[in-house]
Amino acid sequence: MSTASPVVTANRSAPLTPRRRWWPTPKLIIIIAVAGAIGYLALVPLYYLLWGTFFDASGFTLGGFATAYGDSRIGSLIGNSLWFAAGSAVLSLVVGTSLAYLNVRTDVPFKALFFAASIIPLIIPGILYTISWIFLASPDIGLINKALEPVFGPAAVDIFTIWGMIWVEGLHLSPIVFLLMVAAFRSMDPSLEESALMCGASRLQVFRKITVPLTRPAIVAAVLVMAVRSLESFEVPALLGLQNGIYVFTSRIYFVLRSYPPDLAAAGALALGLLVLAVLGVAISNLVGRAGKSFQTVTGKGFRPRPMELGKWRPVMGAAIVCYFLLTVAAPLVVLLYTSLLKFYQAPSMAALRSMSLDNYVELLGLSQAATALRNSLFLGVATATLVMAVMAIAAWITVRSRIPGRQLIDQFAFVPLVIPGLVLGLALSFVYLRSPIPIYGTIFILLIAYVTRYMPYGMRYSVTSMQQIATELEESAQVSGASWWQTFRRVLLPLLAPGLLAGWIYILVVSFRELSSSILLYSPGNEVLSILIFEQYENGQFTVLAALGVVMVLTLVVLVTVAYKLGAKVGLREN
Amino acid sequence: MLRVENLVKSFDGERRRRRAAATGATDRVFAVNDVSFTVPEGDMFTLLGPSGCGKTTTLRSIAGLERPDSGTIEVGGRALFRSLEGQRVLSVSANERGLGMVFQSYAIWPHMSVFDNVAFPLQVRRRGQRPSKREIGERVGRVLATMELDALAGRQATKLSGGQQQRLALARALVIEPPLLLLDEPLSNLDAKLRESLRYELKRLQRELGITSVYVTHDQTEALVLSSSVAVMRDGNIIQLGKPREIYQKPNSRFVAEFIGTSNFIPAKVEARDGERYTVNALDGPLALNSTADIAVGADVIVSIRPEAVEVGTVPRTGEALNEWKGTVLTRAFLGEAVDHVVRVGEREIRARGNPSVSIRPGTDVFVRLDPDQLSLVPVD
Repeated sequence: MSTASPVVTANRSAPLTPRRRWWPTPKLIIIIAVAGAIGYLALVPLYYLLWGTFFDASGFTLGGFATAYGDSRIGSLIGNSLWFAAGSAVLSLVVGTSLAYLNVRTDVPFKALFFAASIIPLIIPGILYTISWIFLASPDIGLINKALEPVFGPAAVDIFTIWGMIWVEGLHLSPIVFLLMVAAFRSMDPSLEESALMCGASRLQVFRKITVPLTRPAIVAAVLVMAVRSLESFEVPALLGLQNGIYVFTSRIYFVLRSYPPDLAAAGALALGLLVLAVLGVAISNLVGRAGKSFQTVTGKGFRPRPMELGKWRPVMGAAIVCYFLLTVAAPLVVLLYTSLLKFYQAPSMAALRSMSLDNYVELLGLSQAATALRNSLFLGVATATLVMAVMAIAAWITVRSRIPGRQLIDQFAFVPLVIPGLVLGLALSFVYLRSPIPIYGTIFILLIAYVTRYMPYGMRYSVTSMQQIATELEESAQVSGASWWQTFRRVLLPLLAPGLLAGWIYILVVSFRELSSSILLYSPGNEVLSILIFEQYENGQFTVLAALGVVMVLTLVVLVTVAYKLGAKVGLREN
Repeated sequence: MLRVENLVKSFDGERRRRRAAATGATDRVFAVNDVSFTVPEGDMFTLLGPSGCGKTTTLRSIAGLERPDSGTIEVGGRALFRSLEGQRVLSVSANERGLGMVFQSYAIWPHMSVFDNVAFPLQVRRRGQRPSKREIGERVGRVLATMELDALAGRQATKLSGGQQQRLALARALVIEPPLLLLDEPLSNLDAKLRESLRYELKRLQRELGITSVYVTHDQTEALVLSSSVAVMRDGNIIQLGKPREIYQKPNSRFVAEFIGTSNFIPAKVEARDGERYTVNALDGPLALNSTADIAVGADVIVSIRPEAVEVGTVPRTGEALNEWKGTVLTRAFLGEAVDHVVRVGEREIRARGNPSVSIRPGTDVFVRLDPDQLSLVPVD
């Protein structure tokens, strides 16, 4: 040590460079801009939502709460919401989990159908799915009722009930549960089940004592996430519930805002109630998820287990799979296509078949709104996906790689919108920009802001996951080779991140394309998107034109996703 | 005790999976292709081979986790699987075979305590055969004590160290006192030091309990240390079956000699033969050796010898000059417990491993001596 000190002082006493003025590097500017944007998008709407709910012209008030929760029907509102959420979650869980188990662990036939049944409902927008079910099971015009009439009398099934709502929402959510549970079953070390078999346990005992307890964290998390999504769902309660006055939070908020004069404070109070429920659900599922981590075990060499032989149950299960496919995928699509070719909605008959024509599509061509809506949807989808992925790629770098203090805050802010229901976000943003001097309200850009905010968490998740898969050494070796931060990011990280980012881009494109619950409160004439136009046409009773528009929308999505995947194949995106 | 006969197990090939039944051509991959062996009571039998050789598939077929295409599997006279003219006529399911198995990943159930993991095989028995709660407690306690895990009975199974998890997996397999214990690379998940100590531990336990075991590994040292007999497998076939010493000293093929340890391979031609006494002509002179292999006079062969069976000296042995060649030391390497010399003999390099006290400077002229009892004849592939 004694020899070291003179050297140090010698260095210090000889100033090699004059003290430079501090100047922000491009890296710092980019980081601050990204962090600022995320913080702004996540927090400002919440702030204004609180402000708009608790303050009016005269100052602090609880008037909104008094109107919203003083209503005598509030009990049934909360009851319906919880019942609807729990029912849909349980239905989707039972269907999705059974399908996942059959697919991963048994020799069930028609495994190819699983893929279609799990991907296609993600492409069919919720509003079209709901309307298809109205065509199928409404008491007046439903095809199923027409088919059952000779046996069970008129209106055997009624979709405009809480059970109908649970049925449609549960089925629409079941593919997500299926994908989650397939992942859970696959990631489980198969030897955990095999060893139980070797210990003499029967298949049923293995399922009850090993499989279910081990996947319990995944099951509980799936149930909670699905319950939150059902709580936030707008399409199903609005189209199916309002008919018979079955209100849940989302449809009530919509109703309050659509009546004259709109009571913003009361809507805000309801929105806060919904927000609290959603936060609770997400918080519990996170807790469960963390507890589940302790269950992760060393996995062996991943020997694919012999699928369980169903024996005499195989045809039964095969029939069940086909039924599921017909119900969730084929029937809604077919009924949409069928309706789009009719002059007016009617049950299939020779007369109906003879009257079929492409008139509705011709009418669409003449409808200037339709072209505008398609253009708007395309613009919003592409712009949202691009903006979100670009910003989140940098945000992911900050949280995963940098050592900047407070970087975890960026991560947390980016996930805030996950708990904000779309309708609540729409309401909050209208609070913000009605008061803001920036002339955004009434333009398409308010929709862009809403979409970017809503899908920020998904972009973040995709970016963080792909960022974590890239070894730090790759980046460090670029730095050692003399690349600047920006060069490293652009030349090394981005190309490696590309597949993950593109997957996120496609996902966000699809979900923005079908967004309804935020848009419904923010659009203005001339700025409609496809889902809004379909919603309006449903309210006007233009079922056949709507169906044609729906077909166009689904086809556009299919083309978009296909093109994106084809492009993705060029940058090395693997399909799984 | 265990009898496996003509076991065959094939999987769909990659090609068939892709181009389905369009061509109709079957493209089967034979993971196990006609394997037969028997294991006497109390023996430790090892299936040894590189990955993909079919050893694990064989073990899993015995366990009942994999269903063979054809063959016979019997344990203690009880048929577990039998086929007749390629048709399955009997296949007892895995949960009714009553065998014990230790998995590579141990497959310890993370949601149960140590005690519950071990009690599970007793608890899932059919009503009537299920022991009382008290008896379960006693039997689990006894087997946990044997494994020195009794102090940890109440602990969550995931809170155990690697070695403890391995003993727990063993305890769970042994609690039902199975007639046969199956071990699927049970040591491969442990670090080197622990693996070595557990190797001897496992050998001691197996001896003490006298339980018949089938052990699968790709680690040759493990196989040599643990087994009563070893079957070396490749591409779904057993290449050589014998006692560890035979396998090591008298490999019957270049594959076995290369897979287990290192060997010198010397091409030669059989010159004369008298029963098991052979004289072969190698490039650098004649060699005398004993071999049970049946090879005709005049045939090309490969002579294999382990480096430690090659002796290096600076002076020729007095008397007969049998199996002694002249050469020059090329390099030497100090390995700690031994010294390796690479000696150039004519066109050939021969590796010798010896006591570290003998260390010869490179460039020195030396004599190498090849022990006739440790030379083995291997057919040319």
